[in-house]
Amino acid sequence: MLRVFRSKPKYATVRSSAPDGERRDGDPLWVRCDSCSSLIYKKELHKTLYVCSHCGFHFRMSAWERLRMLVDENSFQPAEPLVSVNPLGFPGYEEKIAQSQEALQLDDGILIGEAKIQGHSCVLGIIDFGFIGGSMGSVVGEQITRGFEYGIDKQLPVVIISGGGGGARMQEGIFSLMQMAKTAQAVGRFSKAGLFYLSVLTHPTMGGVYASFASLGDIILAEPKALIGFAGPRIVAETTRQQLPPDFQTAEYALKNGMIDGIVPRSELKDTIGKLLSFHL
Amino acid sequence: MPTVFDWEKPLVELEAKIQELRSFVYEQGLDFKDELNELERKADKLRKEIYERLTPWQQVRMARHPERPTTADYIKLVFDDFVELHGDRKYGDDQAIIGGIAAFEGEPVTVIGPQKGRDTKENISRNFGLPHPEGYRKALRLMKQAEKFKRPIITLIDVVGAYPGIGAEQRGQGLVIAECIEQMSFLEVPIICIITGEGGSGGALAIGVGDRILMLEHAWYSVISPEMCATILWKDPNRAPEAAELLKLTSTDLLKFGIIDDVITEPLGGAHRDHEGTGRQIKAFLRRYLSEVKKIPTDQLVEQRLERFRKIGHFQAVQLEESRVKL
Repeated sequence: MLRVFRSKPKYATVRSSAPDGERRDGDPLWVRCDSCSSLIYKKELHKTLYVCSHCGFHFRMSAWERLRMLVDENSFQPAEPLVSVNPLGFPGYEEKIAQSQEALQLDDGILIGEAKIQGHSCVLGIIDFGFIGGSMGSVVGEQITRGFEYGIDKQLPVVIISGGGGGARMQEGIFSLMQMAKTAQAVGRFSKAGLFYLSVLTHPTMGGVYASFASLGDIILAEPKALIGFAGPRIVAETTRQQLPPDFQTAEYALKNGMIDGIVPRSELKDTIGKLLSFHL
Repeated sequence: MPTVFDWEKPLVELEAKIQELRSFVYEQGLDFKDELNELERKADKLRKEIYERLTPWQQVRMARHPERPTTADYIKLVFDDFVELHGDRKYGDDQAIIGGIAAFEGEPVTVIGPQKGRDTKENISRNFGLPHPEGYRKALRLMKQAEKFKRPIITLIDVVGAYPGIGAEQRGQGLVIAECIEQMSFLEVPIICIITGEGGSGGALAIGVGDRILMLEHAWYSVISPEMCATILWKDPNRAPEAAELLKLTSTDLLKFGIIDDVITEPLGGAHRDHEGTGRQIKAFLRRYLSEVKKIPTDQLVEQRLERFRKIGHFQAVQLEESRVKL
């Protein structure tokens, strides 16, 4: 039996440039860039759309921040609110949800609804990494599915901004896994209706999210250096005991290997999405 | 030496004792009938006690028993005239997934499943039954071929997960799993999935979208392996037994949740103790469920398959005032 998951790894490969989001060192004014280690004034970070002005590293953004960045003012109409239950009675799950809801002002890991981007109506879903790693439980799966169904109903394109570290939401066990099938099928139905689905992968898009709806876009875009893949890099390093390529599982690696259509810097994302929506009227 | 689990030891010792007494009786020509019957009764009782009350972790261990039948064994036991087909026509042939055409009680079907090795050498060539993207692409190619020729598809699932390797990631492991799940959902032929051993996450679901989903009694199916779950929760894979409890991954749990349609009972003591008996069980269940789904008209078949997964999930709608999402 191959031991895929070793208790004590011989080594763990963590790239020094591994993007890890905004560090909360407690400093109210400054953050350190995870990529180039420069100190950045926090207020400046807001202005640069959370992109490091020294090296161009894209910090993670909350779903609300991203919504503000992408949609036309006052155009967002949120979907019917759904909240998670604890189907397996998993210990500590309710508390985790309550904390994330409070911290992010979200009902669950996705902010979704109808919106306009540069005047084009669409269904827009944004996954927030901060909500239990941006994982897909029943609520995220159901909201995405409903989003595609609403798109078919109203003949609207769908844009989903993914960013989920673990992919599946372990605390919901098999129900979480089945959301992969549910969302993939929703994309399939939507696609057969001849409608346009744009998938945007942000840091990090992994596991069950990547292995379902996020991979099934008519067009797949990614933000620079976003981690994209199925298995986490540490698992790959531990399993294979090989040195990982320096750009392993980055957006650039995915592009080079033919897995995505393009990489779009955050400053150009809204324009690019607007343009693509205008081609699919 | 066959693998014996700790919890089986009292039974194995008792069985050895019975065997010993039997040969003694035979050699000496003595009459120990009553004693033997008594011991047999004891053994039966013990067997029931042990195997009907396995903990989730013990179930996981049973599913991984080294002598448990593999996909190739089941193909021999359940089907006739198997012709193996190789390759994804794009990159290579993944030995970790086997597939081909066989006859099930006289009718051609496409059979696909991950293949673990029996020994170290075979395990290496089979990559321990951990498929690469080309394995899933082969599976998808064979499923589409089945659709063209209107053959039912039977998938036999025993996989701890899709292979987490460099080449696998480079060639789009996540993407191909998504494609498999989506395209399998719309195939216009009956699909029966049987989880025979391990049902590990997306690597299992990639060939697990069907009209009827059956599960062997001691198989497990989960979003994550107990070891990995324990590592995430407690940074300690040795606490996998606790994680196995939390994940609700046994056939009993999944039947209760409505994720699977039926549990295929294994011979007492597990599939590894009686390959032929397990094969007969699978045959009986397959016969029943295949004839059931073959009666469903094609358009309804796909619609029902989609509906089955559409309904899965537990959540609650809340009033707008209670929602955190405020503009």
